[in-house]
Amino acid sequence: MVMADFNFELVSPERLLLSESVSAVVIPATEGEMTVMANHAPTMTSLQPGVVTVKFADGKTDRYVVFGGFADILPTGCTLLAESAVHVDEVSRDDILKRVEVARGELEAALNDEHRASIERYIAQLGTVQGTILPA
Amino acid sequence: MPSLKDLKNRIASVKATQKITKAMKMVAAAKLRRAQEAAEAARPYSQRMGSVLANIAQAVGQDDAAPRLMTGTGKDDVHLLVVCTAERGLCGGFNSQIARLARDHTRKLLANGKTVKIICVGKKGFDILRRDFASLIIDRVDLREVKRIGFANADEIGRKVIGLFEKGEFDVCTLFYSEFKSVIAQIPTAQQLIPASADDVAVETDGAIYDYEPDAAAILGDLIPRNISVQIFRALLENVAGEMGAKMSAMDNATRNAGEMIDKLTLSYNRQRQAQITKELIEIISGAEAL
Repeated sequence: MVMADFNFELVSPERLLLSESVSAVVIPATEGEMTVMANHAPTMTSLQPGVVTVKFADGKTDRYVVFGGFADILPTGCTLLAESAVHVDEVSRDDILKRVEVARGELEAALNDEHRASIERYIAQLGTVQGTILPA
Repeated sequence: MPSLKDLKNRIASVKATQKITKAMKMVAAAKLRRAQEAAEAARPYSQRMGSVLANIAQAVGQDDAAPRLMTGTGKDDVHLLVVCTAERGLCGGFNSQIARLARDHTRKLLANGKTVKIICVGKKGFDILRRDFASLIIDRVDLREVKRIGFANADEIGRKVIGLFEKGEFDVCTLFYSEFKSVIAQIPTAQQLIPASADDVAVETDGAIYDYEPDAAAILGDLIPRNISVQIFRALLENVAGEMGAKMSAMDNATRNAGEMIDKLTLSYNRQRQAQITKELIEIISGAEAL
């Protein structure tokens, strides 16, 4: 079977990072990683910090790191609304550590247990991201 | 009657001022272009956000599952105004227009017996509103050090607003900023943030039926706070573009006025010089005739 292509867009509040015809995208959804291909059922999901792997129509792959956001998936395309997204080559350890630091600060000010738990999950996820893309 | 030397000095000083205003105009034009590009780059996100929000809001409906940020507290007693202005002056009526709109709004609310709280974003709005409503201003956000407004700046303000809402500090939140229509037209605008106004959400009914992960209410609960930050971000970007546009036309006017002034001064300088030459000639001729 020939893999069909679909349109993938990665947008952050500041700009449109990527708008390209792709054959598959792996996104870090909150319920676990999912691979989106053409003709996917319409789905809306939130994202956790993680790596987005994009497989372009010509077979090349590229990776981006996103820090939370949403994915809007339709049979004809997929849009990632990332809170913040960076190309994998541009991520530094310091950057991630800074984000962990900020999240820790929020932990102090968390209003309730639910909020606290979500921040802790976020921090743990950042640790995983760091482990995957920046091996020590 | 000023002497020739006085006139010469004045012409020199007006010329210096003209040079400065011309440079400022050029700087504003360059910054305007960048601000417009930033505003354009941010548009896809806020558009997508709008349509996603509309889809979900429809799925969740206006029942109890909808978060309070959307439905409001059900009261209308305490109003929070977030007034976004520029950090610097010299841009015509840009800041005072926004401040005036906010002031009128505040007066109206106070006259109706409501409580008003104000958060000022930007120094100029704070300076203007402080005169009348110093006691109502609960916070101010300084973006003076920020070279290029990023989403993080807007997010910070958004979090602040949501934090206040969750503590029950206010019922209704309105955002004041200047909408960038064109270089010469910026329209001061008031936009209701909390509860999300209905016309923001009631669009796009042809959307497909979505699966939601984890579920629609959870996503909505996550999306609404983010949408507030996005709205603030958009307002800040529009403001920067508007400020630069206003500054550009103000500086253009100033440069033109300086040019007119130089022309006038040069004219009277030349007349006076002519008069002096004529006087000297007459003195010489009448002196020669007397001999």
